[in-house]
Amino acid sequence: MKSSVIIFPGSNCDRDMDVALKKFGFKNQMIWHNDIELPKSDLIVLPGGFSYGDYLRCGSIAGKSKIIKSVVEFAKSGGLVLGICNGFQILTETGLLPGVLQQNKYLEFICKNIYVKINNRKNKYFKNIKKEILELHIAHNEGNYFCSNDELKLIEDNNQIAVTYCDKNGNLDDESNPNGALKNIAGIFNKDKNIFGMMPHPERMIDKYLSGEDGSVFFENLINNLK
Amino acid sequence: MKIKVIVTLKNGVLDPQGKAIQQTLNGMGYSDVKEIRQGKYFDIEIEENDETKAKTKVEEMCKKLLANLVIEDFKIT
Repeated sequence: MKSSVIIFPGSNCDRDMDVALKKFGFKNQMIWHNDIELPKSDLIVLPGGFSYGDYLRCGSIAGKSKIIKSVVEFAKSGGLVLGICNGFQILTETGLLPGVLQQNKYLEFICKNIYVKINNRKNKYFKNIKKEILELHIAHNEGNYFCSNDELKLIEDNNQIAVTYCDKNGNLDDESNPNGALKNIAGIFNKDKNIFGMMPHPERMIDKYLSGEDGSVFFENLINNLK
Repeated sequence: MKIKVIVTLKNGVLDPQGKAIQQTLNGMGYSDVKEIRQGKYFDIEIEENDETKAKTKVEEMCKKLLANLVIEDFKIT
């Protein structure tokens, strides 16, 4: 399986993602944002970080970079595109995913482990996954998911809510919602479920000695689903 | 010519920064401040002498980049 991670100026989770993808068997390539063509890939990843210093709005400048045209074409032809953290913000700014990620409700940068519940398994990302709740890591200032009521209805009707913030036992409440996200949304799909953006970082949870292994569960399952 | 753009959050969209500023002002004794909505201001120097044409171009820029229409409105002056 071939994957490509796009590097923007200010990306800082690109190499972690590279390590994670390779660990679970992806043949990964790093792609510079000024490139125009994408190599043949089974998965494109927009990594976390602070592309273009979060100028204007998080992800807005990266959303206009040269490589994005090819990413949009790839996504629209059904290719798998995964956006983590800043990558999720870029996906909303390009319009590939609905809604927007606003500043956290309490105006704080949040850096901690959280739990997310998997809401939809009928897709390449979560089909056959062994766990219902994943412990992942978040580190962001703008992760407060928001969309209009009409958009929310569409998202819910099409089962586009991928993962939601919850407590250890899978209960969704305000206390387990770290950033004020609408309906505890931590990640969403597009209508066809080939594009997936989420704020939590699975690539930071792939080593039992350093962090945790729920990221391993995610990547292992993903590559198995693509084989 | 110079075109000015003001981008603000749409009504009903939570503005935690505006709220924090309002509360700070209230705490400083300005108890009559009831609401603050924070926005962005752009001064755009554009090589175009026809005002209508310039504003049309800037409107396009607002829709494509300067504002995120999911949560923001823009005003061109």
